[in-house]
Amino acid sequence: MTTLTPVLSKNWNDADSFTIAGYKRAGGYVGLGNALKQTPDEVIALVKESGLRGRGGAGFPTGNKWSFIPQGDNKPHYLVVNADESEPGTCKDMPLLLANPHSLIEGMIIGSYAIRANHAFIYLRGEVVHVFRRVQQAITDAYAAGLLGKNILGSGFDLDITLHAGAGAYICGEETALLDSLEGFRGQPRLRPPFPAIAGLYAMPTVVNNVESIASVPAILAHGVTWFQAMGTEKSKGFTLYSLSGHVANPGQFEAPLGITLREILELAGGIRPGHQLKFWTPGGSSTPIFTAEHLDVPLDYEGVSAAGSMLGTKALQIFDETTCVVRAALRWSEFYKHESCGKCTPCREGTWWLVQMLEDLEAGKGTEADLEKLLDLCDNIAGRSFCALADGAVAPIISTLKYFRSEYILHQTHGGCPFNPAASTLFEMVGA
Amino acid sequence: MSDKQNFTAEELATMDSIIARYPKSRSAIMPLLHYVQSIDGYVTGRGIETIATKLDLATAEVTAVSSFYTQYKSEPVGEYHVGICINTLCAVMGGDVLYEETRNHLGIDNHETTSDGKVSLERIECNAACDYAPVVMVNWEFFDNQTPQSVKDLVDDLRDGKPVKPTRGPSSLRTWKQNSAVLAGLPDGLVNEGVQAGAPTLLGLNLSNSSPAPAIAAPVEALVVPEANQ
Repeated sequence: MTTLTPVLSKNWNDADSFTIAGYKRAGGYVGLGNALKQTPDEVIALVKESGLRGRGGAGFPTGNKWSFIPQGDNKPHYLVVNADESEPGTCKDMPLLLANPHSLIEGMIIGSYAIRANHAFIYLRGEVVHVFRRVQQAITDAYAAGLLGKNILGSGFDLDITLHAGAGAYICGEETALLDSLEGFRGQPRLRPPFPAIAGLYAMPTVVNNVESIASVPAILAHGVTWFQAMGTEKSKGFTLYSLSGHVANPGQFEAPLGITLREILELAGGIRPGHQLKFWTPGGSSTPIFTAEHLDVPLDYEGVSAAGSMLGTKALQIFDETTCVVRAALRWSEFYKHESCGKCTPCREGTWWLVQMLEDLEAGKGTEADLEKLLDLCDNIAGRSFCALADGAVAPIISTLKYFRSEYILHQTHGGCPFNPAASTLFEMVGA
Repeated sequence: MSDKQNFTAEELATMDSIIARYPKSRSAIMPLLHYVQSIDGYVTGRGIETIATKLDLATAEVTAVSSFYTQYKSEPVGEYHVGICINTLCAVMGGDVLYEETRNHLGIDNHETTSDGKVSLERIECNAACDYAPVVMVNWEFFDNQTPQSVKDLVDDLRDGKPVKPTRGPSSLRTWKQNSAVLAGLPDGLVNEGVQAGAPTLLGLNLSNSSPAPAIAAPVEALVVPEANQ
C-alpha cells in the first residue's frame, strides 16, 4: 500500500497557512536560502538531477527546461507561471494557491534566480477572485520581507513578480497562447519553433512552468535530491497532487508519490459512492483518453499511464459510475472543446463543430453505425493537424469512449435515444427520481 | 450614461498605474478591461476608446481582445453574476439540473439578467473545483456542493439584498463591479477572510495524519548540496 506524502499540503490544516508567517512556521523559505548559497547553474543542475517533471500535463523535465535558456546573452529573461488551470476535472492548483501561495512565490524566486530572470509573471485564470487575493497578498508580503525586489536576502539578486488575471479562455493554458495573451493579444498558439526558451514573452528567452511544478521546487532545495528521489518511480520522481472527483464516497486532494494507483486512492477515499460501481474515469483531465475498471492498477506515473494508452496529464481523476451515459459525457466534453477552440487552425475550429453535431445526433438516437466510422475519420482529420494540443484533446474523449463503449453508442440507435436516466447520476436526491 | 462621460482623473491615474506593471504597455489590456468593468459593469465604448488611447492602439485592436475572452461582457450583467458549471463532471453530478431549475426559477436564459438588474445567469465551463461538484460561482467566488434548493435560496437572497457567504471566499459576497476591481489588481482588503481550505482539499492530508508513521521522513532545514557543488 502506497503511503500518502503531504509536502505542499502539509500545513493546509493551519488556518493561517496562506500567510507568510504560517508558511515560514512550516519550513517555508528555507529552500530559497539554500538556493541563494549556490550558483544559478548549480540550482539548475540540482533540479535536473532531482528528476522533477512538469506537473501541468506534458511531464517535461523542469530542470531541462530551465537549462535551455541561453546564458550570457544580455537579454532579459522571463519566468512565467501558468496558473490558468482550466482543463476539465483539474482542481489542484487553485486549492494549492488558496491555501499555500507562498510555495509558488518561493519556487518562482528560486526558478528566476536559476534562469537569471529579473521579472516573473503569474498568469492566473480570472474566474477565481479569492485565489487572486491570496496570491496578490503573498507577493506584497514577500516584498515587505525582502524576498522580492532588490538584492533579495543580500544576495545581489533582484526580482519583481507581476500577477496577471486571465479572463476566461481555456486556450491560454497552452503556453504560447498564454504568452500572446500576456502580451495583450487574443490568446492564440504560436508556431514552434522558435520555442519560448529562445523567443518567448516579448520574444525574449522565457520559461513557462505550471504552478505545481514551481511550487515543488522549494521542498527539493530544502530537503535535497535524495529525499525527493526516494518518492515516486524510476522515471517519475517525487510527490504530486491527485484530484479525485465525481461518483466517489469522498472526493478530494491526495498528495502521494507518483505511481500510486486509482485502486489505492479509492481505498483511502472510501471507494465509489455506496451502491454503485466504477464505469469509466480520466487519469488526467478530459484531454486524456478515458480508462475503465480494468485500469484500476495502472501506476499513475508518466510511463505507466502512457503505456496503458492514456496520459498522466494533470492527475485529475474524474470518476463516473454505471449511471453515467458515456455518449453524454463525450458530447459535453466536445461542446467544451468547440467553445474553447481559439479559431486559429481550420481542422480544430471547424472540426469541433462537426464533432458536436454528430454526437448530438448519436446521443438522440438519430445516428447510424456508419456514423461511428465517420466520427473516427473526422477525429483523424483533427488530431495532429493544428498548432496546439487542444485539437488532440478534443478527440481523446471520443476515440477512447468508442474504444471501450462502442456498444453503448449503438444502444442509443437501437433504443431510439439515450437509455440512461440522468437523475440517477446526480449527487443530490431528485424529487420523483 | 457613463458611456458619454470621460473617466475621472483618479480613474485615469489608476489606469496609468496598471500600465506601469508591465515592461510593454500592451500587456495591460486585460487588467484595464477588468478595471473598466469595475467602473462601468461591462466593456463600454468609452472603456475601449480610453484603453486604445492609453496604449496607442486602434479601438478595433482592443475590441478584438475584449471579444475573445468570455469574462469581458459587451452588455451589462447583474450585480451578481451567477455561473453554473455545466462541464461534464459537474453536469453529470447535478449541474444540468441546477441550471434548468435556476433558469426556470428566475425566468431568464443563459446570458440574461433579471429585470431588477440583480442577477444574471451563465453556463460556465470547468472552474477548477471538481472535488466540490456541483459548483456554482457568483461574481467568481466559490459556492461549492450545490443543490437545486440551495441555488434557489442563493439567488432569492441575492435579489432580496440579504447577505450571502461564499463557501471558500470572503465573509460576504461583493458585487460584480467590486470583484472586477480585484481582478484588475486593486486589493479590497478581504484576503484574510474565509477558510484556507475546504474539507475535500484536506481529505488526503487528514487521512495521512491519521495513518501510521510516514514512509519518508523529511530532514528539516538540511542543506543538501552534492559534494561536487560545494
